[in-house]
Amino acid sequence: MMNFGKQTIRFQNKPRVLSGYSIVGPKEASGPLDPYFHKRLRKDDFGQRSFEKAECKLHMSAISGAIIAAGLTPKDIDVNIGGDLLNQIITSSFSARELDIPFIGMYSACSTFGQSLALGAMLIDGGYAEKVTCSTSSHFSTAERQYRYPLELGTQMTPTSQWTVTGAGCTLLGNMGGNIFVESATIGKVIDFGISDANNMGAAMAPAAAKTVVQHLLDTGREVSYYDHIVTGDLGIYGSKLFLELLESEGIHAAGVHKDCGEMIFDKKQRCPQGGSGAGCSSVVFNSYFLHHMSAGAIKRILLVPTGALLSKLSSLQGETIPGIANAVSFEREE
Amino acid sequence: MLSKTQYLELDKRIAPKSKEGQTLWIAFLVGGAICMIGQGISDVFSLILPNADEKVIGQITSTVMIFLGALLTGIGVYDRIGKYAGGGSIIPITGFANSVVSPAMEYRSEGVVFGVMCKMFVIAGPIIVSGVTAAIGVGLIYWFIGVL
Repeated sequence: MMNFGKQTIRFQNKPRVLSGYSIVGPKEASGPLDPYFHKRLRKDDFGQRSFEKAECKLHMSAISGAIIAAGLTPKDIDVNIGGDLLNQIITSSFSARELDIPFIGMYSACSTFGQSLALGAMLIDGGYAEKVTCSTSSHFSTAERQYRYPLELGTQMTPTSQWTVTGAGCTLLGNMGGNIFVESATIGKVIDFGISDANNMGAAMAPAAAKTVVQHLLDTGREVSYYDHIVTGDLGIYGSKLFLELLESEGIHAAGVHKDCGEMIFDKKQRCPQGGSGAGCSSVVFNSYFLHHMSAGAIKRILLVPTGALLSKLSSLQGETIPGIANAVSFEREE
Repeated sequence: MLSKTQYLELDKRIAPKSKEGQTLWIAFLVGGAICMIGQGISDVFSLILPNADEKVIGQITSTVMIFLGALLTGIGVYDRIGKYAGGGSIIPITGFANSVVSPAMEYRSEGVVFGVMCKMFVIAGPIIVSGVTAAIGVGLIYWFIGVL
């Protein structure tokens, strides 16, 4: 049993956001959120021999960036919680190999960032750690080869597909300092509504996102209007439409407050049919755009709901449908 | 909340669809252009080698087209054509070259043997298998007809 309704934890000691850092590839940097990112790559190989190495360097840079931004050193960090999309989460563990910080590897596909933040906040709230980094990354070229086809193969994207974000983001949580805190977190259930098209992940994840948000509102007794924004991870344009339809069927009108990181990160001219996706999508957008506006006071409360499609290439080939998950983390700004 | 069946129906109804009115035309034009280039190459070789058999000219043309497909893949152009043309650039023989060269390039980071050599036919493999199987089937039918 959670301490705040069925699936929600309310953090008594208000774990603080000490810093956030985002680093993105060239395509993301030419999108509408460019002014908010902390670092932009000119080439997406980041000067490395393979794209896997490049993603690892991205991940490491995000963690180091957040630590430096908070005026700390790696020695000050108690736990590094991280995840990514590659098999056996090699990006996060290979980054941790270089960092000399105790490591907890996480995986819930593109929802990993929400899971990491929730666990990080729990560790701090329970008094088990004082400073925790929560990081995730993804890379278009590593995800393509793992889930889809070689880069140079002349295929078309289907109308419902999304473009994996090249980028990494890290949030540094601590037990004191800063005026943005993690207020509560709702742990999502794995939900499968029977979507089987691996190129329609927005539709596969929307039910999980809707269920988590409904449960969060139920557990906390809040209305949608409590939040300035309910921010889903990477439902994309079409997935967001389904998400809002599902909430409508529950009598919840969220269109006015809803934003989706996947929808925000690219614009229509960039030819990504439904927007961005990937474990790095919600983390780069949260650590840039949302933290920036929260720090400035323009946004006071958000519910971040990173969404994940828990499929593998193998499960798709074996004809399995795609289960989705979404974890919600509520951030508030203290005046 | 909507039931699974209602949700799947909703997805089927409102999911964005391919704009076939547009994509079919581009595929037709690009595919046609590739075939015209092939025909042009064939005509040029017929002029250079006036005594050559038609079959030999066909083989030379295929070789040149495969080379061009592989070259354009190698310099990163073929996938860009493919993004617009879809089936128009997948179906001609240049598309077959693209499907062999692109995994060979992609997996070179895993070494020559387990990367390039093993993965080279990861996409083209099924086409070869179905081609050979179909050829055996058709061959057997011809043979039976011959026997009868």
